[in-house]
Amino acid sequence: MHPAGSVILFTVASGLGFGLLTWLGLGLPDVRGWAAFFYYALAFALAVGGLLASTFHLGNPQRFLRAFSQWRSSWLSREGCLAVACLLVMGLFALEAVFYDAVWQPLGYIGAALSVLTVFATSMIYAQLKTVPRWNHWSTPVLFLALSLGGGGLLAGQVGPAIALLALAGVMQLFAWLSGDGRFQERGTDIGTATGLGVRGVVRAFEPPHTGNNYLLKEMVHQVGRKHAVKLRLIAFALMIAAPLVLVMISSSALMICLAVTCHALGTFAQRWLFFAEAEHVVGLYYGKR
Amino acid sequence: MTTLPETSAKKLGLVIDLDTCVGCHACVVSCKGWNTENYGAALSDQDPYGADPSGTFLNRVHSYEVQPETGTAQLIHFPKSCLHCEDAPCVTVCPTGASYKRSEDGIVLVNEDACIGCGLCAWACPYGAREMDQAAGVMKKCTLCVDRIYNGNLPEEDRVPSCVRTCPSGARHFGDLGDESSEVSQLVAARGGMDLMPELGTKPVNKYLPPRPKDVPADLDILAPYLEPVSGTQKGFLGWLDKALEKL
Ligand code: SF4
Ligand code: SF4
Repeated sequence: MHPAGSVILFTVASGLGFGLLTWLGLGLPDVRGWAAFFYYALAFALAVGGLLASTFHLGNPQRFLRAFSQWRSSWLSREGCLAVACLLVMGLFALEAVFYDAVWQPLGYIGAALSVLTVFATSMIYAQLKTVPRWNHWSTPVLFLALSLGGGGLLAGQVGPAIALLALAGVMQLFAWLSGDGRFQERGTDIGTATGLGVRGVVRAFEPPHTGNNYLLKEMVHQVGRKHAVKLRLIAFALMIAAPLVLVMISSSALMICLAVTCHALGTFAQRWLFFAEAEHVVGLYYGKR
Repeated sequence: MTTLPETSAKKLGLVIDLDTCVGCHACVVSCKGWNTENYGAALSDQDPYGADPSGTFLNRVHSYEVQPETGTAQLIHFPKSCLHCEDAPCVTVCPTGASYKRSEDGIVLVNEDACIGCGLCAWACPYGAREMDQAAGVMKKCTLCVDRIYNGNLPEEDRVPSCVRTCPSGARHFGDLGDESSEVSQLVAARGGMDLMPELGTKPVNKYLPPRPKDVPADLDILAPYLEPVSGTQKGFLGWLDKALEKL
C-alpha cells in the first residue's frame, strides 16, 4: 500500500493525542488550572491535528460531514463519530479542569472510554480489510491500542503503566511483523485463484492491461522502499520501544520523559511508514506482483 | 445506505468467456467512451500525450500465460471490471453512503455527489475494480451501463452494457444471473462458470467461463504422409539412374 504522508501523520498524531486524552480522562494525572491547560492543549493539538491531516488525502474534503452518516456499517464513519464525541466530552471535561478547578469524574471516564474506542475504530479501518492479509488480523487493533495508550502514558507522565504498555506493544509489534510476513501465503490467495486459471497450470502475468502507471498500481502495489524494510524495522523498534523504555527506566524526570516521547514519536513514524509500505494488497496478483 | 440489501432477486451481471476473448481491448475503449460522455464525472486522463500517461478506466484487459503440466502453454486474455459482488466489501466500508448496492437489480454504484474521495472502497475491493478519478476526486467504477440498459430512448439491441455491445468476438454476455432460466445462467451452468478469488467471500455476480480444452486431433497434418521424404533404395529405372550417377 502507498504510504501516504497525510495518513501516517494522522494515525501517529491522533493515536498519541487520543492516548493522552484517555489518561487525562482517567484523572491520571489529575491536573487543574494552567497545568491542565497545557496538557489538554497538547492532547487536542495532536488529536485534532491528526484528524485534519487525514482530510488532506480526500478527493472532496468539503463533503466531510457525510462521513458521519454510515456508522452502522463503516469503521471509517464510526471513527469519525467517536472522535467527535470524544473531543466534545473531553472538551467539557477540560473546561471544568482548566477554569473551574472542579471536575465531574464520570464525564472523564466516558471521555476515556470514547478515546480508546476511537483508536480501536482507527485500527479496524485497516484490520477489517481481507484484501490486505497483513492487516487483517487481531494483532492490528491490539498493537494500535498498546502504542496509543503507551505513548499517551508517556506524555501523561504515567511511567509505570507506560513501561508495561510499551513492552506489550513491543511484543505485539514483533509478533505482527513475524506472523504478518507469512500471512499472505497462508490465506491461499494467489494468481491462480485471482484468475480462476490456477487449476489448469502455472499462471504467469504475460501482459499488463496498460503500459503506463495507474491508480491501482500507485495506491495498492507500492513496492519501492520494501528493500530497506529490515533496517527500518530495527530503527523503528529501537526508537519506538527500546529507547523510551531504557530512558524512563534510567530516570523519570521531565527531561527524560520528553526525550522518551520524542524517540517514541519518531519511531512510530517509521513503524507506520512500514505498516503501509510492507502491506501487500491482493490486487497486485493481477499484475503478477505483490 | 452502505449496508447491503438482504438479497436482490434480480442479479444483473456479466458473463465473460475466456475462451473467445481475443484480447482486442475494444470493450476497454467503448467503456471509456460511453462513460466519459454520459453518467457522472468524465474518466479523466493525466499527461495523456506526455511521457507518463495514465488515466481512469472501468474495464481493463490483462493477458495471462498458463503452462499446464504437459503440453504447450496457453495465452488467455482476461477482461476485468466490477463483478457487482453480492457481499460487496466496497459498499460496507464507505463512510458516506456514496457506495451502494441496488436492491432491485444488484448493481453496485457510487453516488458521486456524496463521495468524499477517501479511497477506502478501492482498498476493500480485491479485484481492482474501482479507480479514483484524479481530476474529479471521486471514485469511479463500472455501472453496468445503468444509463443504457434501462434507456427507452435507445434501440432495443443497444440496451446492454457498452462493452457487451462492442465485443467483436461475442465474449461478453449480459443478463440476470439471479434467474436460473436466463441465457447467461444456462451458459454458466453449461460451461462451468467460475468466481474470481472465491475464498474472499465476496460472492461475485459476474462469472468467467474457463477456456475450453484445446482440440488435439490424432494426426494434425493430413498432408504429412504425402510429403514423406523419399528414403531407402530406389527400384527400377530411377534406381539404376541413381546408382549410375553415383558411380560417375
Ligand atoms: S468487484 Fe470490487 S467494486 Fe465491484 S462489487 Fe465487488 S468488491 Fe465492489
Ligand atoms: S471513496 Fe467515495 S465511495 Fe469510496 S469509500 Fe470513500 S466516500 Fe465511499
